[in-house]
Amino acid sequence: MSAAALIRGFEVVIGLETHAQLATRSKIFSGAATQFGAAPNTQACAVDLALPGTLPVLNRRAVELAIRFGLAVDAKVAALSIFARKNYFYPDLPKGYQISQYEIPVVQGGHVDIGSGAQARRIRLTRAHLEEDAGKSLHEDYAGCTGIDLNRAGTPLLEIVSEPDMRSSAEAAAYAKALHALVVWLGVCDGNMQEGSFRCDANVSVRRPGATLGTRREVKNLNSFRFLQQAIDFEVHWQIDRLEDGLAIEQATVLFDPDSGETRAMRSKEDAHDYRYFPDPDLPPLVIAPEWVERVRADMPELPAAMAARFEDADGLAAADAASMTQSLAFARYYEALRDACGSAKLAANWLMGEVSRRLNAEARGIERSPVDAATLAALIRRVADGTVSNNGARQVFDELWAGRQCPGFAGPPGDVDAMVLAWVEAKGLKQMNDAGALEAIVDAVIAANPKSVDEYRAGKDKAFNALVGQVMKASKGKANPAQASELLKRRLAQPG
Amino acid sequence: MSRALHELGVAQLGRAMAAGELSSLELTQHLLTRVAAFEHLGAFLARDSELALQQAREADARRAAGRAGPLTGVPIAHKDVFVTRGLASTAGSKMLAGYASPFDATVVARLGQGDAGGQAGAGMVMLGKLNCDEFAMGSSNENSAFGAARNPWNLQRVPGGSSGGSAAAVAARLLPAATGTDTGGSIRQPASFCGVSGIKPTYGVCSRYGMIAFASSLDQAGVLARSAEDCALLLSAMSGFDPHDATSAERAPQDFHAQMLQMRDGATAARPLQGLRIGLPREFFPAALAPDVAAAVRAALAELEKLGAALVDVSLPRTELSIPVYYIIAPAEASSNLSRFDGVKFGHRASDYTDLRSMYERTRAEGFGPEVKRRIMIGTYVLSHGYYDAYYLQAQKLRRMIADDFQACFAQCDLIAGPVAPSVAWKLAQQMDDPVKAYLADIFTLPASLAGLPGMSVPAGFGAEGLPVGLQLIGNYFDEGRLLQAAHALQQATDWHARTPAEAGKP
Repeated sequence: MSAAALIRGFEVVIGLETHAQLATRSKIFSGAATQFGAAPNTQACAVDLALPGTLPVLNRRAVELAIRFGLAVDAKVAALSIFARKNYFYPDLPKGYQISQYEIPVVQGGHVDIGSGAQARRIRLTRAHLEEDAGKSLHEDYAGCTGIDLNRAGTPLLEIVSEPDMRSSAEAAAYAKALHALVVWLGVCDGNMQEGSFRCDANVSVRRPGATLGTRREVKNLNSFRFLQQAIDFEVHWQIDRLEDGLAIEQATVLFDPDSGETRAMRSKEDAHDYRYFPDPDLPPLVIAPEWVERVRADMPELPAAMAARFEDADGLAAADAASMTQSLAFARYYEALRDACGSAKLAANWLMGEVSRRLNAEARGIERSPVDAATLAALIRRVADGTVSNNGARQVFDELWAGRQCPGFAGPPGDVDAMVLAWVEAKGLKQMNDAGALEAIVDAVIAANPKSVDEYRAGKDKAFNALVGQVMKASKGKANPAQASELLKRRLAQPG
Repeated sequence: MSRALHELGVAQLGRAMAAGELSSLELTQHLLTRVAAFEHLGAFLARDSELALQQAREADARRAAGRAGPLTGVPIAHKDVFVTRGLASTAGSKMLAGYASPFDATVVARLGQGDAGGQAGAGMVMLGKLNCDEFAMGSSNENSAFGAARNPWNLQRVPGGSSGGSAAAVAARLLPAATGTDTGGSIRQPASFCGVSGIKPTYGVCSRYGMIAFASSLDQAGVLARSAEDCALLLSAMSGFDPHDATSAERAPQDFHAQMLQMRDGATAARPLQGLRIGLPREFFPAALAPDVAAAVRAALAELEKLGAALVDVSLPRTELSIPVYYIIAPAEASSNLSRFDGVKFGHRASDYTDLRSMYERTRAEGFGPEVKRRIMIGTYVLSHGYYDAYYLQAQKLRRMIADDFQACFAQCDLIAGPVAPSVAWKLAQQMDDPVKAYLADIFTLPASLAGLPGMSVPAGFGAEGLPVGLQLIGNYFDEGRLLQAAHALQQATDWHARTPAEAGKP
């Protein structure tokens, strides 16, 4: 690895704890739905409310998603893991304890790789464990009271704990992004950060190079990559300021305020809770037989690294392009569909990295919400490949398709994308002149009308040739195939004048 | 009927109704009248005559339609630790005074009206909810927030606990049977004190869903009735796997009555227990055992010998240690289980508080009684950082060793027998000032609870002042059938279980 730069002479050490909400339909210990955005307390059943006499029953789907994650990060899936109770009082914690895993988690070890080439880094994972989310306290909406919404109580979470392997806020953000991409790829988590489906706590400390680890402070609940990076940057400078002033860092839990860009202490070590963890007697140890692991493995989508390698080997893509095609499972699926339908991996990748990504990024949308599907784009690419339309013309057609406009006068069946694309090309007057006779006439006319340029070209001035090509394109009103026009022009000029 | 209706047990009542000699409505009316006449026993915490009569009519209709089972129309009442729709569920605590559960406990649904999923119940009629120590913590019923129940054999004596209301009601013939729960002896000890039969099955045989939790790894539902046969009928109906309880045992439904009646190899009518080896742990017969209890237990064992059983000496060397082990594990789990009673969502909330912390503190200070507070404090302490290893972890290790000790015994015997409690029922208020003394009296019931084994108390005659003594029988895991068989054989040969208290204190 390349050692990250020191900041004001200090090395930064970062570990992340990430809560990924598992994409199950029901809660981890009850049958209530997990859907986001329902009216308060409409998705909380007797178990979620902790009514007297209720008991938790583990959702097997949540376990399968944890196994899936464990396999993807090359971790050990524990044959036996234990649910424990974390005891504390809070109004949005209905049982007075959270069911989590403590001493023996379901996923142990593993790693996530970030960067590529010389920048490649391996971030080790400590563990990932299953737990339930708490409810939500609404302090703002009720004067003098706190509202409690228990819809979220019992939502399944996978808490993914990294080793303190990151050395800069950028690296922490890169790890968080890679982890986010992976859990979404796997279908383990929907990745929706606004809805809190993926949130990070950052443990940050600084030290002089070679010194033992400094005292860490934990920044809680960061729900965007930008906030994560900002919060760590602030925290690093705050800690260094203190140390330079000869003050000690005290272990503390802090919150990041996105408005001020600062962190502030929530509680210090002294008032840390004693959670009185002990094995939950309501839940037997979680036993995962090897056959179960194998069933989950058989159901897993191909992992991004393997898929990228395949795109390099079989499709002949460059490493960076292959990595780009596997930025998400939806992207990779789009690429494969496009490649197969247009018949060219190279053109498919170029279009995706160029025109498509540019528009997706500008509109901040994922490819699954692309207004142009792979079949339609493939039809357009085929028309470029066979010379019907120029690249430039195709971009104009793509604008229309992206905007979702109907082609005026097109009356073909909606599913006939070839006819539809051709109709657009014609409607916009972009069809290239592929009639050799007509092109020859134009070329001859241009040569006759521009003797000066012809002489300069023959005298060895390349610029003059470009001017002639431009004249041909102009005379053809842009419909000439530029490659064909150049070819013909060269041939004609080679003949003695 | 030659005998009064309230004298009949579950099996007899079921047969009488099947024969058309009796309707559930008639029976229910009779028992409701009797319950009202025995108000002074303090056995009931909640009743609803209209609800009971309505269920009785439904049971009669079900019988008329040919869909009745052996228990349909037979009245029962539930320890107030089981949540029930229609009647308040308090666990004997002010914290839950008036609490209305939106669902029935699985055991209640199976014995009664069936579950929400359409699974039919046995159709028993619910007469009410029975008194118990607060959150099942206690062995005298005096820890009930709603006043102590009394022992029908002597109104100045405790009925035992925590299922004291259940034992008192069955002993006084207010009911043919009642449910109970047993965490460290809470079915067996009151059954012994009140002279009725009580069984706590293997941990996991009955669903805990809908039982207000005390100590989850120990709590187990069971039943108190007039005879082993009645216990077998009820246990068959109330037990079985429940997908709502992850600790319930995944096994096929059991017919404990058939298992009870199965002939042993080499058995004869005179010697039905031929070849049965009954182990007597020497630690269950210490010098400190009250002489009247020792004598009654010995007499019952002699009867079992006459019936063909062989008595063998065995040892449970960690019997005494079961007291500290239990009084670490049970309070630890209780301290966590009772955290949900915080005034936020249901149950009692202090009316006067200034902030969240004072709301919690006052709510719990007002809602819980002294024994519950004591156990929450013990449990919180033993789970605290720095103490966990020394207490909770050590206790768990010993718990496993205690279970292993039983397995060593079961290599030499089929059942284990001994006293249920070191003495007969004590006087009201006698042990209220000395909780440790009360804890020590749990010594014979705690080991089987810690090991998760099935245990029974069977009437074994009478001790000082004519108070009942119980014989404890402990079986190996899922060996309820053999336990019931031994108890049934004893009850076929003796009449201790059929004795009734004088109508003490009856107006």
